[in-house]
Amino acid sequence: MRGRAVGSAILVLLLCAAPLHAADRIVIGSKNFEESRLLAEMFAQLLESRTKLQVERRLGLAGTQVCFEALKNGAIDVYPEYTGTGLVSILNEKAEGAPAKTLNRVRSEFLHRWDLWWLAPLGFENSWEIAVPKELAEREHLETITDLARVSKRLHGGFGHEFVGREDGLLGLQRVYGLEWKSVDHLQQALQYQAAKQRTIDALDVYSTDGRLILYNLKVLRDDRHFFPPYEAAALVRGATLKRHPEVGAVLGLLAGSLDEDTMRALNLRLQEGHESEVVVARDALRSLGLSNKEGRASETEIRGTGVLAYFWGVRRDLGRLTLQHLGLSAAALVLGALFAIPLGLWLERRRRWAEAVIRVLGIFQTVPSLALLAFMIPFLGVGTVPAIAALWIYSLFPIVRNTYTGVRDADSKAVEAATALGMTPGQVLREIRLPLAAPVVMAGLRTAAVLTVGTATLAAFIGAGGLGEPIVTGLQLANTAMILSGAIPAALLALLVDAGLGWVERRLRPAGLEVQR
Amino acid sequence: MSIAPIAPILEAVGVAKTYGDGTTALGGVSLAVHPGETVALVGESGSGKTTLLRTFNRMVEPSAGDVRVEGQPVAGLDPFALRRRIGYVPQDGGLIPHWRIEKNVELVPRLLGWDRDRRRARTREMLELVGLDLQAHASRYPGELSGGQRQRVAFARALAADPPLILLDEPFGALDALTRLELHRQFLDLKKALGKTTVLVTHDLAEAFRLADRIGVMRAGRLLQLGTPDELAKRPADPYVEALLEMRRV
Ligand SMILES: Nc1ncnc2c1ncn2[C@@H]1O[C@H](COP(=O)(O)OP(=O)(O)OP(=O)(O)O)[C@@H](O)[C@H]1O
Ligand SMILES: [Mg+2]
Repeated sequence: MRGRAVGSAILVLLLCAAPLHAADRIVIGSKNFEESRLLAEMFAQLLESRTKLQVERRLGLAGTQVCFEALKNGAIDVYPEYTGTGLVSILNEKAEGAPAKTLNRVRSEFLHRWDLWWLAPLGFENSWEIAVPKELAEREHLETITDLARVSKRLHGGFGHEFVGREDGLLGLQRVYGLEWKSVDHLQQALQYQAAKQRTIDALDVYSTDGRLILYNLKVLRDDRHFFPPYEAAALVRGATLKRHPEVGAVLGLLAGSLDEDTMRALNLRLQEGHESEVVVARDALRSLGLSNKEGRASETEIRGTGVLAYFWGVRRDLGRLTLQHLGLSAAALVLGALFAIPLGLWLERRRRWAEAVIRVLGIFQTVPSLALLAFMIPFLGVGTVPAIAALWIYSLFPIVRNTYTGVRDADSKAVEAATALGMTPGQVLREIRLPLAAPVVMAGLRTAAVLTVGTATLAAFIGAGGLGEPIVTGLQLANTAMILSGAIPAALLALLVDAGLGWVERRLRPAGLEVQR
Repeated sequence: MSIAPIAPILEAVGVAKTYGDGTTALGGVSLAVHPGETVALVGESGSGKTTLLRTFNRMVEPSAGDVRVEGQPVAGLDPFALRRRIGYVPQDGGLIPHWRIEKNVELVPRLLGWDRDRRRARTREMLELVGLDLQAHASRYPGELSGGQRQRVAFARALAADPPLILLDEPFGALDALTRLELHRQFLDLKKALGKTTVLVTHDLAEAFRLADRIGVMRAGRLLQLGTPDELAKRPADPYVEALLEMRRV
């Protein structure tokens, strides 16, 4: 009876977890930084208001590789990408000058190789640029980097570590424009803006749509010799999706050329410094483009950075949902882990020759960084719940197998020997003696695995599986402490609760008669 | 005492054992144990006593030779059925720690499918037989008993299904001298009352002389001599046996 209940519970979980590719459903992904999330949210809202498609969001996937793999194997249908990234990071080609050339190159290659479509660019580039304080630009009449070269001998440069040493960074830039500086400092990105504000530096490398350009009153100089590769933003869509739902191309096409750098900076600023949710900012952006006819999703609350407690209260409904999701992920991984690892531990106990090797291999899996393991899952399982459960499942195996194996192996050998000599079969010995004696040890393994799983499940948000990691990951990008805590505190509490609960079960499972012996 | 013309309960014919790692524990041992007698196996550590004992209930499969129980070669018997017909007490009792005393005692009857009432009655009878207070002990766990009490329970468990043959591997070895003497006395009482055929492994020569009808002396996997204490003392078949008995006198 109980076995069947557990079985059907797992089935339900698996069904929920499976990437349902219902015909009228579309999955939108994004990378894990503000602008990418915002664009994806805009795609999503636009599709929701203009089509009958059911839109699912998988925002905050960990980086280009993850998004691209997910798109390739159909785990997501569309995500915002940059032409330069497509060329350099995905095609591994050298960056080239003109935006149109880059776009044409990635378009034809992506279409040809993977049937992936670059829609018309959204109208802005988010590329490396050089910025100077506005006041300096006005005083010296600076519009382009060529203008900058006229006066740079009198200026202090302050550049990021990454930018300084690269041929496609400062080195190449100086050669192409003939720039010379009075001095050059190597700074961390966060410090660059501060330094520019205090005028300890006069020029810095920036991303062209960074919201802080507004906040710190900086002017981006035009790259008139097209030194920096173009990073035009555009929707990257699966060909199969466009075929199934041609309206997706038409609706997303409405955004073509609609956003310029200034607009993006303003929008990004609201996310970066105003800590607003991308849902709200996206809605406003669409409205000002004349593309929104709705009031947005009613369930979303606008939450500003007030006190942490107020924040928690404001997002309580979301937290409830995320906690359940988190528990669901962990429980599914743990149940599947136990169903596999306990029999494996028992099997190994009978084939001791294999045991050490197998347990050691599982131990090695344990040392693979969680993010790497999650990323590794994507080519096989896509993004979302399934790969997250699979990765958590792998983590859960080692403690359970090890404890099952040693617990059963070390169960009172004298008692086992005597029971065998009195005529019990190996099956009877296992069921009636070794397993009950090993139960607390096995349970301790399960408990370790459970705490590990609940902890690691926070990383599942990186591949779009949700859970309490979602506010943590988003909060980290937005530097929003309240948001981070709204994920971290429940996750920690959950781990403690699970630990305490299973500890209680462990004590209950300890066979009577064992305490008295030592 | 002469050997009676009745069929032996236990027979070993040329039993040899070489373990997987190449250790030769038994180099061809033959002996016969007759109904009702107690045979003690003595010899120094590593001489093969335990190995020989374990071939009797197929806990060890001989590399060569034959073991017969009640005339049947054990190699042809179902090992589980065989073991349920043979009582066994190891040095430490081997009680199952998470089972109450009564459950430990009724282990073999349960394996044999006796009904509950019969098991209960038998357990009571056995605990009384080994001198344990039923009220006080039946529902305790092994960890709650003294070493001597545990060993009594182990005897009760070995006797519970009324087996024709009982194997004892240093059953008094871990007890203090006083408790051991007490259990010796009880063993002799049981022997008189039940008349069970028993093989007793020990390396305490005094114990063998006190409890056994015949004594087998083992050395390096061979049975040097098997005879009554008297025969051993008067006509030692081997200088080693003689030396051993010499030692006892000192
Ligand atoms: N499972 C085994 N594998 C390999 N060698 C074994 C095994 N069991 C026993 N032996 C070896 O066989 C020989 C006889 O061992 P056995 O246990 O029969 O001696 P014993 O007379 O009972 O000794 P003791 O008085 O110390 O109990 C020893 O050399 C021992 O090391
Ligand atoms: Mg021994």
